[in-house]
Amino acid sequence: MDFHSRSAGEKEFITMSDKSSGKPSMDSFSFSVSHQWFGTGLMRLTMTTVGVLVFLLALPTLTFAEEIADSTKPIVWFDTGKTAFALLTFAICATVIICTELARRGKPFYVRPIAGLLAMEEAVGRATEMGKPILFVPGIEDIKEIDTVAGLMVLSSVAKMAAEYDTPLEVPTSRALVMTAAREAVQAAALAAGRPDYYNEDRIHYITDEQFGYVASVCGWMYREKPAACFFLGKFFAESLFLAEAGNAVGAIQIAGTAETTQLPFFVAACDYTLLGEELFAASAYLSGEPAQLGMLKGQDFGKLGAIVLVILGCMLATWDSISPRGKNAEGQNLPRRSQWITDTVLKGG
Amino acid sequence: MSKTVPVLIASIVGCLMIVAYFSPPLLPARQMAEDWFTIVATIAIFLGGANLCLHHLKKISDREAGWGFSAVTLISFAITIAVGLLKIGVVPESEQQIKLAWSGPFQQEGSGFWWIYQYLFSPIVSTMFALLAFYVASAAFRAFRAKNLEAILLLITALIVLVGQTRDREITSLFLPPPAEGTPPYVPIADLTEFIRKTFVTAGQRAIMIGIALGVVATSLRILLGLDRSYLGGDE
Amino acid sequence: MTSPLLDKLNTLDRRWIFLSMALAVLSPILLQIGSDETPSPPTIKLFDEIERLPEGSRILMAMDFDPTSAAELYPMALSFTRHCCLRHHKLYFVTIWPTGKPMIESTIKAVIGADFGSGDRPYQYGVDYVNLGYLAGEAVAISQISSDIRKARPQDARGTSLDELPIMSGVISVKEMDLIVNASAGFPGGKEWVQYAATPQKVPIAVGCTGVQSTQLFPYYPDQLLGLVTGIRGAIEYETMLAAKYPNPYANRSKRPAFLRGGAQRWAHRLMIGLIVLGNGIHLANRYRRTTHP
Repeated sequence: MDFHSRSAGEKEFITMSDKSSGKPSMDSFSFSVSHQWFGTGLMRLTMTTVGVLVFLLALPTLTFAEEIADSTKPIVWFDTGKTAFALLTFAICATVIICTELARRGKPFYVRPIAGLLAMEEAVGRATEMGKPILFVPGIEDIKEIDTVAGLMVLSSVAKMAAEYDTPLEVPTSRALVMTAAREAVQAAALAAGRPDYYNEDRIHYITDEQFGYVASVCGWMYREKPAACFFLGKFFAESLFLAEAGNAVGAIQIAGTAETTQLPFFVAACDYTLLGEELFAASAYLSGEPAQLGMLKGQDFGKLGAIVLVILGCMLATWDSISPRGKNAEGQNLPRRSQWITDTVLKGG
Repeated sequence: MSKTVPVLIASIVGCLMIVAYFSPPLLPARQMAEDWFTIVATIAIFLGGANLCLHHLKKISDREAGWGFSAVTLISFAITIAVGLLKIGVVPESEQQIKLAWSGPFQQEGSGFWWIYQYLFSPIVSTMFALLAFYVASAAFRAFRAKNLEAILLLITALIVLVGQTRDREITSLFLPPPAEGTPPYVPIADLTEFIRKTFVTAGQRAIMIGIALGVVATSLRILLGLDRSYLGGDE
Repeated sequence: MTSPLLDKLNTLDRRWIFLSMALAVLSPILLQIGSDETPSPPTIKLFDEIERLPEGSRILMAMDFDPTSAAELYPMALSFTRHCCLRHHKLYFVTIWPTGKPMIESTIKAVIGADFGSGDRPYQYGVDYVNLGYLAGEAVAISQISSDIRKARPQDARGTSLDELPIMSGVISVKEMDLIVNASAGFPGGKEWVQYAATPQKVPIAVGCTGVQSTQLFPYYPDQLLGLVTGIRGAIEYETMLAAKYPNPYANRSKRPAFLRGGAQRWAHRLMIGLIVLGNGIHLANRYRRTTHP
């Protein structure tokens, strides 16, 4: 697999850890980028940020000028009750963006291997060998769900692999907008693989919005066509086990991923590989191999580190509350717990 | 251009949603964006309907495997749409409505659409959902095997929770001395189930949720900054 | 070592499992074998809150489920509505599931129509209860009604303007509610009501959810969720409390649909345990065979 960036206008020179073999090392990713990237990357970031800020400041002034002018109350531009949450959001976003920029500058980062993603090429290869189709289900929710978008991002990579091997890829969708986006993704992947003729829009089709109608149709197709590989990546609910069990019954290699925690146990029980929660979101970045995207994964890891520190601090505070209860105030009422002050005051707005 | 405009729309609306959470004057703009999504998603129904018809008509004309199901799908689709749009069996509910043609809700009790919902749709989807019990049993039989230490722990936990979820948990109190009069019997497995649920499950869930939240932030940033456009078909 | 039984079990057709499950579920239903439950604290909390609220309190009944999950949630919805009617609270029915509207109508018919539509103080539409119907937009719809109900839904399910209904006077948003009771089958549901309505507007909320959803909602209890009623077990618990407090007629089996479903669930659980034990027996026997006769 070639891990060159997809940006056509910008020249990126990514050095993978296992360059000699022409394949990425799946044990770890370490990458560096030539410095000429930084200029365009930072420019894009700055332009986007400035553009968005200008728009956001102009929007209320222009669109809601009348309402704001009529208002007798002073305009509150910032809800101070949400300060802590805003700072937290800013800190996480800033960490992710800083890591992206560091990755672009060539700082090598370690990204742990994810078994499910390593198995994707194997699954596509198996389908090719067996001469059977591949099934990709991008969840049952609409494109506004981030899980669906993450699923479509992975679809792009799977479609590229399938196009390279010329293995049929079936993408039934339960939302019309998802179908449109999936068609775009597969068409672009076919072009990127140098096989524009591979794209067949009939294979990416809409079934129904109704959960079990969709399941019945997909499972029926699975029993008839017996796909060799099944990918279930997106937002799933009760249908998860139907799909996974149908795939199991036809003997397909199955890779699933969802951020819907209630469905993870079903996928774990019935599939060969499962991307647990955040791994689904990391998947497309991991598969793209682009430094900017992998840098974001690192930023995510720093966020997790911050969360761990906060959890430990919270536990310590709660323990302190338990072993040393607070006294009473002047009216003889019990003073609130210290941890309660954090939840009621600092974290109130979140 | 065909990719830049959608990315710009995604960036602007995405940032608006974030900033509006902290800035009350932007709330109407946020609501406007939400309304727009509802409108676009609703229009997409026509796209979906058209695709559904084309896809199944093609299957029928090509006599592909399972084309009979396609015929059933199209006939059911046409009947449901006709019954709903023509409001077959709907009667006006009030004096005011009598003067108006096509008045009365399409889902009105006794109407054709209500009949389809009540006597076709409802039993079919309930049956589909009920099949889950069979699949759960089959998956549990296959997956819960004591292959290694982790699997043994999972197995023991599953058994405890399964017993603890029904009244059979009271069997465990049979081995304990009888409780004092007026007090309920102590059921160790019920407490253990609660302990597992409150401690391990909740802790695990929270950890996964934190990971997911951070993953959502990173993915959202990738989309908002236009770094990942693969969901739109990549770069131009 | 040869063991025909073990070989047979190793290749056991899953249709035998399906058949045994069918028998485990069907037998208690046909023989009318029910199951009772001892109420758990998250269920007791909701029951006590509905008891504690003064008569005429406003309760938003969000019925976010469809026929698919009705087996688990409909008995719960009936119990919640019955309890609220017994306390004579004002009820505001709403759903954010397109297939949830008939569920509301069915609940109203089974509870208000059958038990509270007549008598000394009959429940009157528009005065004591209202059906706001389906709100399109999923989580966005919750966000909208939490700021302005009329903006999200200017009319009720019957097409009457909300301003013409006495029950809606003084009600602007979810903020005016004393309690939100949500029967949730998934997304959008309990989690979204907590995130977009209850927590921002500081309105107490209790959720009745499917068993599989409970792990997702437990992290919100007890801080952001006042009570949590989970699956058929939770529904039986609620019915038990209702039967204890109002034995006439709610101790009657015909008014306790969850009780009857509990029997089937109990036997299905027993079968699951049996299958897991059998599966491990096969696994261990295979291991033994491999180690002794490599």
